[in-house]
Amino acid sequence: MQVEKPLTIGETALAGNGRAFEPPPRPVLQQADVAARVADAPAAPVKVAVRNLDFFYGDTHALKNVSTSLHLNKVTAFIGPSGCGKSTLLRVLNRMYDLYPRQRAEGEVVLDGENILGRSIDVNLLRARVGMVFQKPTPFPMSIYDNIAFGVRLYHKPSKSELDERVEEALRGAALWEEVKDKLHMSGLGLSGGQQQRLCIARSVAVQPEVILFDEPCSALDPISTAKVEELIEELAERYTIAIVTHNMQQAVRVSDYTAFMYLGELVEFGETNAVFTAPKQKKTQDYITGRFG
Amino acid sequence: MTEHTVKSYDRDLETLGRRISEMGGIAEKMLSEAMEALGAFDVDAAQRVVATDARLDALQREIEEAAILTIARRQPLAVDLRECIAAIRISGDLERVGDLAKNIAKRTVKIVGESRLPRAIVGLNSMHDVAAMQLKDALDAYAQRDVARARAVWENDAELDALEDSVFRDLLTFMMEDPRNISFCTHLLFCSKNLERIGDHTTNISETVVYLVTGEPMPTERPKTRPSAVGAPPPPGQIKPEVLS
Repeated sequence: MQVEKPLTIGETALAGNGRAFEPPPRPVLQQADVAARVADAPAAPVKVAVRNLDFFYGDTHALKNVSTSLHLNKVTAFIGPSGCGKSTLLRVLNRMYDLYPRQRAEGEVVLDGENILGRSIDVNLLRARVGMVFQKPTPFPMSIYDNIAFGVRLYHKPSKSELDERVEEALRGAALWEEVKDKLHMSGLGLSGGQQQRLCIARSVAVQPEVILFDEPCSALDPISTAKVEELIEELAERYTIAIVTHNMQQAVRVSDYTAFMYLGELVEFGETNAVFTAPKQKKTQDYITGRFG
Repeated sequence: MTEHTVKSYDRDLETLGRRISEMGGIAEKMLSEAMEALGAFDVDAAQRVVATDARLDALQREIEEAAILTIARRQPLAVDLRECIAAIRISGDLERVGDLAKNIAKRTVKIVGESRLPRAIVGLNSMHDVAAMQLKDALDAYAQRDVARARAVWENDAELDALEDSVFRDLLTFMMEDPRNISFCTHLLFCSKNLERIGDHTTNISETVVYLVTGEPMPTERPKTRPSAVGAPPPPGQIKPEVLS
Protein backbone atom coordinates (compact mmCIF):
# COMPACT_ATOMS: atom_id res chain seq x y z
CA MET A 1 0.00 0.00 0.00
CA GLN A 2 1.81 3.12 -1.25
CA VAL A 3 0.67 6.62 -0.24
CA GLU A 4 1.50 9.24 -2.87
CA LYS A 5 2.67 12.52 -1.30
CA PRO A 6 4.21 15.67 -2.75
CA LEU A 7 7.97 15.95 -2.08
CA THR A 8 8.94 17.82 1.08
CA ILE A 9 11.43 20.65 0.95
CA GLY A 10 14.16 18.32 2.16
CA GLU A 11 13.39 15.79 -0.52
CA THR A 12 13.42 18.51 -3.16
CA ALA A 13 16.81 19.61 -1.87
CA LEU A 14 18.14 16.08 -2.29
CA ALA A 15 16.72 15.95 -5.78
CA GLY A 16 18.63 19.13 -6.47
CA ASN A 17 21.83 17.14 -5.92
CA GLY A 18 21.07 15.19 -9.06
CA ARG A 19 19.61 12.14 -7.32
CA ALA A 20 15.89 11.56 -7.79
CA PHE A 21 14.12 10.78 -4.54
CA GLU A 22 13.56 7.05 -4.40
CA PRO A 23 11.04 5.38 -2.14
CA PRO A 24 12.67 2.84 0.19
CA PRO A 25 12.96 -0.70 -1.22
CA ARG A 26 9.94 -2.78 -0.28
CA PRO A 27 11.05 -5.29 2.39
CA VAL A 28 10.22 -8.97 1.93
CA LEU A 29 9.22 -11.19 4.83
CA GLN A 30 11.87 -13.82 5.25
CA GLN A 31 10.07 -17.17 5.48
CA ALA A 32 13.36 -18.73 6.49
CA ASP A 33 13.21 -16.69 9.70
CA VAL A 34 9.84 -18.17 10.57
CA ALA A 35 10.93 -21.72 9.68
CA ALA A 36 14.11 -21.44 11.75
CA ARG A 37 12.11 -20.35 14.80
CA VAL A 38 9.70 -23.29 14.65
CA ALA A 39 12.04 -26.06 13.52
CA ASP A 40 11.53 -29.18 15.67
CA ALA A 41 14.27 -30.70 17.76
CA PRO A 42 15.11 -34.25 16.58
CA ALA A 43 12.49 -36.71 17.93
CA ALA A 44 13.40 -39.21 20.68
CA PRO A 45 13.90 -42.82 19.52
CA VAL A 46 10.76 -44.92 19.16
CA LYS A 47 10.07 -47.59 21.80
CA VAL A 48 6.77 -48.92 20.44
CA ALA A 49 5.71 -48.52 16.81
CA VAL A 50 2.08 -49.17 15.86
CA ARG A 51 1.77 -49.88 12.11
CA ASN A 52 -1.47 -50.12 10.16
CA LEU A 53 -3.39 -51.49 13.11
CA ASP A 54 -6.99 -52.62 12.63
CA PHE A 55 -9.03 -53.93 15.55
CA PHE A 56 -12.38 -55.68 15.60
CA TYR A 57 -14.89 -56.37 18.35
CA GLY A 58 -16.69 -59.13 16.49
CA ASP A 59 -17.88 -57.38 13.32
CA THR A 60 -17.35 -53.87 14.69
CA HIS A 61 -14.33 -52.19 13.17
CA ALA A 62 -13.05 -50.28 16.21
CA LEU A 63 -9.57 -49.20 15.07
CA LYS A 64 -9.00 -48.25 11.44
CA ASN A 65 -5.49 -48.39 10.02
CA VAL A 66 -3.90 -46.68 13.00
CA SER A 67 -0.18 -45.92 12.84
CA THR A 68 1.57 -44.11 15.67
CA SER A 69 4.61 -44.28 17.96
CA LEU A 70 5.46 -44.20 21.64
CA HIS A 71 8.79 -42.44 22.00
CA LEU A 72 11.35 -43.74 24.48
CA ASN A 73 11.10 -42.19 27.96
CA LYS A 74 8.40 -39.80 26.81
CA VAL A 75 4.76 -39.49 27.79
CA THR A 76 2.26 -39.87 24.95
CA ALA A 77 -1.33 -38.83 25.64
CA PHE A 78 -4.31 -40.25 23.74
CA ILE A 79 -7.35 -37.99 23.69
CA GLY A 80 -10.68 -38.12 21.91
CA PRO A 81 -14.43 -38.39 22.51
CA SER A 82 -15.98 -41.51 24.04
CA GLY A 83 -15.88 -44.45 21.68
CA CYS A 84 -13.00 -43.15 19.57
CA GLY A 85 -10.80 -46.19 20.26
CA LYS A 86 -8.17 -44.81 22.59
CA SER A 87 -8.70 -47.40 25.35
CA THR A 88 -8.96 -50.09 22.68
CA LEU A 89 -5.58 -49.03 21.34
CA LEU A 90 -4.08 -49.14 24.80
CA ARG A 91 -5.36 -52.67 25.32
CA VAL A 92 -3.73 -53.82 22.12
CA LEU A 93 -0.35 -52.64 23.36
CA ASN A 94 -0.23 -55.36 26.00
CA ARG A 95 -2.61 -57.81 24.31
CA MET A 96 -5.29 -57.50 26.97
CA TYR A 97 -7.82 -58.26 24.24
CA ASP A 98 -6.47 -61.85 24.15
CA LEU A 99 -8.50 -62.49 27.30
CA TYR A 100 -11.75 -61.98 25.39
CA PRO A 101 -13.22 -64.03 22.56
CA ARG A 102 -14.19 -62.45 19.22
CA GLN A 103 -11.69 -59.62 19.60
CA ARG A 104 -8.87 -59.55 17.07
CA ALA A 105 -6.09 -57.27 15.94
CA GLU A 106 -4.49 -57.04 12.49
CA GLY A 107 -1.33 -55.15 11.68
CA GLU A 108 1.84 -54.71 13.70
CA VAL A 109 2.84 -53.44 17.11
CA VAL A 110 6.61 -53.43 17.24
CA LEU A 111 8.31 -53.28 20.67
CA ASP A 112 12.09 -53.05 20.40
CA GLY A 113 12.04 -54.54 16.93
CA GLU A 114 9.67 -57.42 17.72
CA ASN A 115 6.01 -57.60 16.63
CA ILE A 116 4.10 -58.32 19.85
CA LEU A 117 0.99 -59.37 17.95
CA GLY A 118 2.85 -62.44 16.70
CA ARG A 119 1.88 -65.96 17.78
CA SER A 120 5.28 -66.75 19.31
CA ILE A 121 5.05 -64.00 21.94
CA ASP A 122 4.70 -65.01 25.61
CA VAL A 123 1.88 -62.68 26.62
CA ASN A 124 2.57 -63.07 30.35
CA LEU A 125 6.11 -61.81 29.90
CA LEU A 126 4.77 -59.11 27.61
CA ARG A 127 2.40 -57.90 30.31
CA ALA A 128 5.32 -57.60 32.73
CA ARG A 129 7.25 -55.52 30.19
CA VAL A 130 4.17 -53.46 29.33
CA GLY A 131 2.29 -52.67 32.54
CA MET A 132 -1.16 -51.20 32.84
CA VAL A 133 -2.90 -48.99 35.41
CA PHE A 134 -6.68 -48.74 35.14
CA GLN A 135 -9.21 -46.03 35.85
CA LYS A 136 -10.62 -47.68 38.93
CA PRO A 137 -7.88 -48.61 41.40
CA THR A 138 -7.68 -52.42 41.56
CA PRO A 139 -5.64 -53.48 44.60
CA PHE A 140 -5.68 -57.21 45.28
CA PRO A 141 -7.52 -58.25 48.45
CA MET A 142 -4.19 -58.82 50.17
CA SER A 143 -1.75 -56.87 52.30
CA ILE A 144 0.09 -53.95 50.76
CA TYR A 145 3.27 -56.03 50.85
CA ASP A 146 1.66 -58.98 49.09
CA ASN A 147 0.09 -56.75 46.45
CA ILE A 148 3.60 -55.89 45.30
CA ALA A 149 5.24 -59.25 46.08
CA PHE A 150 2.61 -61.23 44.15
CA GLY A 151 3.81 -60.05 40.75
CA VAL A 152 7.50 -60.33 41.64
CA ARG A 153 7.07 -63.95 42.81
CA LEU A 154 5.40 -64.84 39.48
CA TYR A 155 8.54 -64.09 37.49
CA HIS A 156 11.38 -64.62 39.99
CA LYS A 157 12.32 -66.66 43.06
CA PRO A 158 13.75 -63.96 45.31
CA SER A 159 14.98 -64.49 48.84
CA LYS A 160 13.09 -62.77 51.66
CA SER A 161 15.54 -59.90 51.86
CA GLU A 162 15.58 -59.48 48.07
CA LEU A 163 11.79 -59.42 48.06
CA ASP A 164 11.73 -56.84 50.87
CA GLU A 165 14.06 -54.70 48.78
CA ARG A 166 11.95 -55.06 45.66
CA VAL A 167 8.78 -54.13 47.57
CA GLU A 168 10.42 -51.05 49.11
CA GLU A 169 11.89 -50.01 45.74
CA ALA A 170 8.51 -50.31 44.05
CA LEU A 171 6.70 -48.38 46.79
CA ARG A 172 9.38 -45.65 46.68
CA GLY A 173 9.03 -45.60 42.90
CA ALA A 174 5.32 -44.90 43.34
CA ALA A 175 5.89 -42.20 45.99
CA LEU A 176 3.97 -44.33 48.51
CA TRP A 177 6.72 -45.76 50.75
CA GLU A 178 6.75 -43.01 53.38
CA GLU A 179 2.97 -43.29 53.83
CA VAL A 180 2.77 -47.08 54.18
CA LYS A 181 6.18 -48.28 55.42
CA ASP A 182 4.81 -48.88 58.93
CA LYS A 183 1.71 -50.74 57.79
CA LEU A 184 2.85 -53.01 55.01
CA HIS A 185 0.72 -55.84 56.39
CA MET A 186 -2.45 -53.80 56.33
CA SER A 187 -4.90 -54.71 53.58
CA GLY A 188 -4.47 -52.78 50.35
CA LEU A 189 -8.20 -52.17 50.35
CA GLY A 190 -7.86 -50.05 53.47
CA LEU A 191 -5.95 -47.29 51.64
CA SER A 192 -7.54 -44.12 50.28
CA GLY A 193 -8.41 -43.92 46.56
CA GLY A 194 -5.28 -41.98 45.68
CA GLN A 195 -3.08 -44.34 47.69
CA GLN A 196 -4.72 -47.39 46.11
CA GLN A 197 -3.96 -46.02 42.67
CA ARG A 198 -0.34 -45.43 43.63
CA LEU A 199 -0.27 -48.99 44.99
CA CYS A 200 -1.37 -50.19 41.54
CA ILE A 201 1.38 -48.12 39.98
CA ALA A 202 3.88 -49.66 42.42
CA ARG A 203 2.63 -53.10 41.44
CA SER A 204 3.39 -52.33 37.77
CA VAL A 205 6.78 -50.86 38.60
CA ALA A 206 7.76 -53.87 40.75
CA VAL A 207 8.05 -56.24 37.79
CA GLN A 208 10.50 -53.85 36.07
CA PRO A 209 8.47 -52.89 33.03
CA GLU A 210 9.69 -50.93 30.06
CA VAL A 211 6.36 -49.35 29.14
CA ILE A 212 3.52 -48.31 31.46
CA LEU A 213 0.02 -47.73 30.10
CA PHE A 214 -2.36 -45.49 32.07
CA ASP A 215 -6.07 -45.62 31.24
CA GLU A 216 -7.64 -42.48 32.78
CA PRO A 217 -5.69 -43.03 36.00
CA CYS A 218 -7.05 -39.95 37.79
CA SER A 219 -10.72 -40.01 36.79
CA ALA A 220 -11.76 -41.41 40.16
CA LEU A 221 -9.38 -39.30 42.25
CA ASP A 222 -9.67 -35.98 44.08
CA PRO A 223 -7.53 -33.02 42.93
CA ILE A 224 -4.75 -33.57 45.48
CA SER A 225 -4.35 -37.27 44.63
CA THR A 226 -4.52 -36.34 40.95
CA ALA A 227 -1.65 -33.90 41.42
CA LYS A 228 0.39 -36.59 43.22
CA VAL A 229 -0.18 -39.09 40.41
CA GLU A 230 0.70 -36.49 37.77
CA GLU A 231 3.90 -35.66 39.64
CA LEU A 232 4.64 -39.39 39.76
CA ILE A 233 4.08 -39.78 36.02
CA GLU A 234 6.67 -37.06 35.38
CA GLU A 235 9.19 -38.96 37.53
CA LEU A 236 8.33 -42.34 36.00
CA ALA A 237 8.92 -41.01 32.48
CA GLU A 238 12.61 -40.70 33.32
CA ARG A 239 12.84 -44.48 33.51
CA TYR A 240 9.89 -45.82 31.51
CA THR A 241 7.97 -45.08 28.34
CA ILE A 242 4.48 -43.89 29.22
CA ALA A 243 1.16 -43.83 27.39
CA ILE A 244 -1.85 -42.19 29.03
CA VAL A 245 -5.48 -42.05 27.97
CA THR A 246 -7.25 -39.07 29.50
CA HIS A 247 -10.48 -37.11 29.20
CA ASN A 248 -8.91 -34.17 30.97
CA MET A 249 -7.43 -31.89 28.33
CA GLN A 250 -5.46 -29.85 30.79
CA GLN A 251 -3.95 -33.03 32.25
CA ALA A 252 -2.83 -34.06 28.76
CA VAL A 253 -1.17 -30.67 28.31
CA ARG A 254 0.48 -30.88 31.71
CA VAL A 255 1.92 -34.39 31.67
CA SER A 256 2.54 -35.38 28.07
CA ASP A 257 5.29 -34.74 25.52
CA TYR A 258 3.27 -36.03 22.54
CA THR A 259 -0.48 -36.10 21.98
CA ALA A 260 -2.57 -38.26 19.66
CA PHE A 261 -6.14 -37.20 18.88
CA MET A 262 -8.45 -40.04 17.85
CA TYR A 263 -11.93 -39.94 16.41
CA LEU A 264 -14.21 -42.82 15.39
CA GLY A 265 -11.38 -45.34 15.38
CA GLU A 266 -8.97 -43.21 13.37
CA LEU A 267 -5.88 -41.29 14.35
CA VAL A 268 -6.66 -37.72 13.29
CA GLU A 269 -3.60 -35.87 14.51
CA PHE A 270 -0.34 -36.66 16.26
CA GLY A 271 2.32 -34.21 17.33
CA GLU A 272 4.24 -32.53 20.11
CA THR A 273 1.81 -31.63 22.86
CA ASN A 274 2.68 -27.93 22.92
CA ALA A 275 1.92 -27.62 19.20
CA VAL A 276 -1.25 -29.74 19.27
CA PHE A 277 -2.81 -27.66 22.05
CA THR A 278 -1.74 -24.17 20.96
CA ALA A 279 -1.95 -24.53 17.18
CA PRO A 280 -3.46 -27.87 16.07
CA LYS A 281 -3.27 -28.67 12.38
CA GLN A 282 -6.65 -30.38 11.98
CA LYS A 283 -9.98 -28.61 12.43
CA LYS A 284 -11.45 -31.68 14.18
CA THR A 285 -8.66 -31.57 16.74
CA GLN A 286 -9.25 -27.88 17.38
CA ASP A 287 -13.01 -28.36 17.63
CA TYR A 288 -12.56 -31.16 20.19
CA ILE A 289 -9.98 -29.49 22.42
CA THR A 290 -11.81 -26.15 22.44
CA GLY A 291 -15.18 -27.68 23.28
CA ARG A 292 -16.83 -27.07 19.94
CA PHE A 293 -17.86 -30.71 19.41
CA GLY A 294 -21.52 -31.70 19.06
CA MET B 1 -16.24 -21.33 13.04
CA THR B 2 -18.44 -23.84 14.89
CA GLU B 3 -19.86 -22.54 18.16
CA HIS B 4 -18.80 -23.78 21.56
CA THR B 5 -21.09 -26.24 23.27
CA VAL B 6 -21.15 -23.78 26.17
CA LYS B 7 -22.66 -20.65 24.58
CA SER B 8 -21.44 -18.23 27.21
CA TYR B 9 -17.88 -19.11 26.16
CA ASP B 10 -18.64 -17.72 22.69
CA ARG B 11 -20.11 -14.61 24.28
CA ASP B 12 -16.97 -14.10 26.41
CA LEU B 13 -14.74 -14.20 23.33
CA GLU B 14 -17.05 -11.97 21.28
CA THR B 15 -17.06 -9.39 24.05
CA LEU B 16 -13.25 -9.34 24.02
CA GLY B 17 -13.22 -8.71 20.27
CA ARG B 18 -15.86 -5.98 20.48
CA ARG B 19 -14.02 -4.14 23.23
CA ILE B 20 -10.77 -4.22 21.23
CA SER B 21 -12.61 -2.69 18.27
CA GLU B 22 -14.08 -0.04 20.54
CA MET B 23 -10.63 0.75 21.92
CA GLY B 24 -9.26 0.91 18.39
CA GLY B 25 -11.92 3.38 17.35
CA ILE B 26 -11.14 5.67 20.27
CA ALA B 27 -7.39 5.50 19.57
CA GLU B 28 -7.94 6.35 15.89
CA LYS B 29 -10.13 9.31 16.85
CA MET B 30 -7.59 10.57 19.39
CA LEU B 31 -4.84 10.47 16.79
CA SER B 32 -6.77 12.33 14.11
CA GLU B 33 -8.07 14.95 16.56
CA ALA B 34 -4.61 15.49 18.03
CA MET B 35 -3.16 16.15 14.57
CA GLU B 36 -6.06 18.44 13.65
CA ALA B 37 -5.55 20.40 16.85
CA LEU B 38 -1.82 20.68 16.08
CA GLY B 39 -2.44 22.00 12.58
CA ALA B 40 -5.04 24.50 13.77
CA PHE B 41 -3.12 25.45 16.95
CA ASP B 42 -6.39 24.70 18.79
CA VAL B 43 -5.69 24.35 22.53
CA ASP B 44 -9.28 23.41 23.49
CA ALA B 45 -9.37 20.59 20.97
CA ALA B 46 -5.99 19.40 22.21
CA GLN B 47 -7.18 19.32 25.81
CA ARG B 48 -10.23 17.28 24.81
CA VAL B 49 -7.87 14.67 23.37
CA VAL B 50 -5.90 14.60 26.62
CA ALA B 51 -9.10 14.04 28.58
CA THR B 52 -10.16 11.14 26.34
CA ASP B 53 -7.09 9.12 27.30
CA ALA B 54 -8.60 8.17 30.64
CA ARG B 55 -11.40 6.30 28.85
CA LEU B 56 -8.81 4.36 26.85
CA ASP B 57 -6.86 3.41 29.95
CA ALA B 58 -10.04 2.18 31.64
CA LEU B 59 -10.95 0.07 28.59
CA GLN B 60 -7.51 -1.51 28.58
CA ARG B 61 -7.89 -2.55 32.21
CA GLU B 62 -11.37 -3.97 31.48
CA ILE B 63 -10.12 -5.99 28.52
CA GLU B 64 -7.18 -7.40 30.46
CA GLU B 65 -9.44 -8.36 33.34
CA ALA B 66 -11.94 -10.02 31.01
CA ALA B 67 -9.19 -11.96 29.23
CA ILE B 68 -7.68 -13.14 32.53
CA LEU B 69 -11.10 -14.24 33.81
CA THR B 70 -11.73 -16.14 30.57
CA ILE B 71 -8.41 -17.94 30.98
CA ALA B 72 -9.22 -18.85 34.58
CA ARG B 73 -12.80 -19.87 33.87
CA ARG B 74 -12.51 -21.65 30.53
CA GLN B 75 -8.88 -22.86 30.48
CA PRO B 76 -8.85 -22.07 26.78
CA LEU B 77 -6.69 -23.93 24.29
CA ALA B 78 -5.53 -23.44 20.71
CA VAL B 79 -7.27 -20.57 18.93
CA ASP B 80 -9.30 -19.59 22.00
CA LEU B 81 -6.12 -19.25 24.07
CA ARG B 82 -4.53 -17.21 21.30
CA GLU B 83 -7.63 -14.94 21.26
CA CYS B 84 -7.17 -14.17 24.95
CA ILE B 85 -3.45 -13.52 24.58
CA ALA B 86 -4.10 -11.37 21.48
CA ALA B 87 -6.67 -9.28 23.36
CA ILE B 88 -4.18 -8.62 26.17
CA ARG B 89 -1.37 -7.70 23.76
CA ILE B 90 -3.42 -5.55 21.40
CA SER B 91 -5.11 -3.63 24.21
CA GLY B 92 -1.64 -2.81 25.53
CA ASP B 93 -0.53 -1.54 22.12
CA LEU B 94 -3.70 0.53 21.66
CA GLU B 95 -3.28 2.05 25.10
CA ARG B 96 0.23 3.19 24.08
CA VAL B 97 -1.12 4.58 20.80
CA GLY B 98 -3.55 6.64 22.88
CA ASP B 99 -0.73 7.86 25.12
CA LEU B 100 1.32 8.91 22.10
CA ALA B 101 -1.65 10.77 20.60
CA LYS B 102 -2.20 12.42 23.98
CA ASN B 103 1.46 13.49 24.00
CA ILE B 104 1.06 15.08 20.56
CA ALA B 105 -1.96 16.98 21.92
CA LYS B 106 0.06 18.15 24.94
CA ARG B 107 2.71 19.49 22.57
CA THR B 108 0.02 21.55 20.84
CA VAL B 109 -0.71 23.29 24.15
CA LYS B 110 3.01 24.06 24.59
CA ILE B 111 3.59 25.07 20.97
CA VAL B 112 0.87 27.70 20.87
CA GLY B 113 3.05 30.35 22.51
CA GLU B 114 6.03 29.78 20.18
CA SER B 115 6.75 31.55 16.91
CA ARG B 116 5.22 29.31 14.30
CA LEU B 117 6.37 27.82 11.03
CA PRO B 118 3.30 26.17 9.47
CA ARG B 119 5.24 24.62 6.57
CA ALA B 120 7.20 22.59 9.11
CA ILE B 121 4.01 20.65 9.86
CA VAL B 122 3.64 19.43 6.26
CA GLY B 123 5.94 16.47 6.77
CA LEU B 124 4.16 15.53 9.97
CA ASN B 125 0.85 15.45 8.11
CA SER B 126 2.37 12.99 5.63
CA MET B 127 3.50 10.82 8.51
CA HIS B 128 0.07 11.06 10.09
CA ASP B 129 -1.63 9.91 6.87
CA VAL B 130 0.56 6.80 6.77
CA ALA B 131 0.28 6.09 10.49
CA ALA B 132 -3.49 6.52 10.48
CA MET B 133 -3.84 4.17 7.50
CA GLN B 134 -1.57 1.62 9.18
CA LEU B 135 -3.65 1.77 12.36
CA LYS B 136 -6.89 1.36 10.44
CA ASP B 137 -5.50 -1.56 8.43
CA ALA B 138 -4.11 -3.27 11.53
CA LEU B 139 -7.48 -2.97 13.28
CA ASP B 140 -9.32 -4.19 10.17
CA ALA B 141 -6.89 -7.11 9.92
CA TYR B 142 -7.76 -8.00 13.54
CA ALA B 143 -11.51 -7.66 12.96
CA GLN B 144 -11.40 -9.78 9.78
CA ARG B 145 -8.64 -12.10 11.06
CA ASP B 146 -6.89 -11.24 7.77
CA VAL B 147 -3.27 -12.46 7.70
CA ALA B 148 -2.39 -10.92 4.33
CA ARG B 149 -3.53 -7.50 5.47
CA ALA B 150 -1.60 -7.83 8.72
CA ARG B 151 1.57 -8.78 6.84
CA ALA B 152 1.12 -5.72 4.57
CA VAL B 153 1.00 -3.43 7.64
CA TRP B 154 4.13 -5.13 8.99
CA GLU B 155 5.99 -4.50 5.74
CA ASN B 156 4.76 -0.93 5.24
CA ASP B 157 6.21 0.32 8.48
CA ALA B 158 9.52 0.89 6.72
CA GLU B 159 7.80 3.70 4.82
CA LEU B 160 6.94 5.47 8.06
CA ASP B 161 10.49 5.08 9.32
CA ALA B 162 11.78 6.62 6.10
CA LEU B 163 9.31 9.51 6.38
CA GLU B 164 10.49 10.18 9.91
CA ASP B 165 14.07 10.43 8.65
CA SER B 166 13.01 12.92 6.01
CA VAL B 167 10.98 14.98 8.51
CA PHE B 168 14.03 14.97 10.81
CA ARG B 169 16.21 16.40 8.01
CA ASP B 170 13.56 19.00 7.14
CA LEU B 171 13.22 20.20 10.73
CA LEU B 172 17.00 20.41 11.12
CA THR B 173 17.12 22.54 8.00
CA PHE B 174 14.47 24.93 9.38
CA MET B 175 16.32 25.19 12.69
CA MET B 176 19.59 25.97 10.89
CA GLU B 177 17.86 28.57 8.70
CA ASP B 178 16.62 30.60 11.67
CA PRO B 179 17.27 30.06 15.40
CA ARG B 180 13.79 31.44 16.19
CA ASN B 181 12.42 28.21 14.70
CA ILE B 182 14.31 25.99 17.10
CA SER B 183 11.72 25.73 19.90
CA PHE B 184 8.79 25.15 17.55
CA CYS B 185 10.66 22.59 15.46
CA THR B 186 11.94 20.72 18.52
CA HIS B 187 8.36 20.19 19.67
CA LEU B 188 7.55 18.91 16.19
CA LEU B 189 10.52 16.54 16.36
CA PHE B 190 8.97 14.93 19.40
CA CYS B 191 5.63 14.70 17.57
CA SER B 192 7.29 12.97 14.63
CA LYS B 193 8.87 10.48 17.02
CA ASN B 194 5.44 9.83 18.53
CA LEU B 195 3.98 9.16 15.08
CA GLU B 196 6.81 6.78 14.26
CA ARG B 197 6.19 4.95 17.55
CA ILE B 198 2.50 4.69 16.70
CA GLY B 199 3.59 2.96 13.51
CA ASP B 200 5.69 0.51 15.55
CA HIS B 201 2.65 -0.34 17.67
CA THR B 202 0.60 -1.02 14.55
CA THR B 203 3.23 -3.56 13.49
CA ASN B 204 2.99 -5.15 16.95
CA ILE B 205 -0.77 -5.42 16.43
CA SER B 206 -0.28 -7.00 13.01
CA GLU B 207 2.27 -9.49 14.42
CA THR B 208 -0.29 -10.45 17.04
CA VAL B 209 -2.97 -10.92 14.35
CA VAL B 210 -0.71 -13.28 12.39
CA TYR B 211 0.02 -15.24 15.58
CA LEU B 212 -3.70 -15.31 16.43
CA VAL B 213 -4.70 -16.75 13.06
CA THR B 214 -1.79 -19.06 12.27
CA GLY B 215 -0.28 -19.89 15.67
CA GLU B 216 3.11 -19.00 14.21
CA PRO B 217 5.22 -16.09 15.47
CA MET B 218 6.52 -13.47 13.06
CA PRO B 219 10.26 -13.13 12.46
CA THR B 220 11.94 -11.10 15.22
CA GLU B 221 13.71 -8.60 12.97
CA ARG B 222 11.45 -6.17 11.18
CA PRO B 223 12.98 -4.90 7.92
CA LYS B 224 14.40 -1.40 8.44
CA THR B 225 15.59 1.03 5.80
CA ARG B 226 17.90 2.93 8.08
CA PRO B 227 21.23 1.18 8.91
CA SER B 228 21.74 0.60 12.64
CA ALA B 229 24.93 1.82 14.33
CA VAL B 230 27.80 -0.64 14.07
CA GLY B 231 28.13 -2.68 17.25
CA ALA B 232 25.02 -1.19 18.81
CA PRO B 233 23.03 -3.65 20.94
CA PRO B 234 19.56 -4.53 19.64
CA PRO B 235 16.81 -2.27 21.00
CA PRO B 236 14.94 -3.69 24.02
CA GLY B 237 12.32 -6.24 22.99
CA GLN B 238 14.14 -7.24 19.81
CA ILE B 239 16.25 -10.36 20.06
CA LYS B 240 18.67 -11.18 17.28
CA PRO B 241 18.10 -14.76 15.96
CA GLU B 242 21.57 -16.02 16.98
CA VAL B 243 20.89 -15.20 20.63
CA LEU B 244 17.86 -17.53 20.61
CA SER B 245 19.73 -20.69 19.62
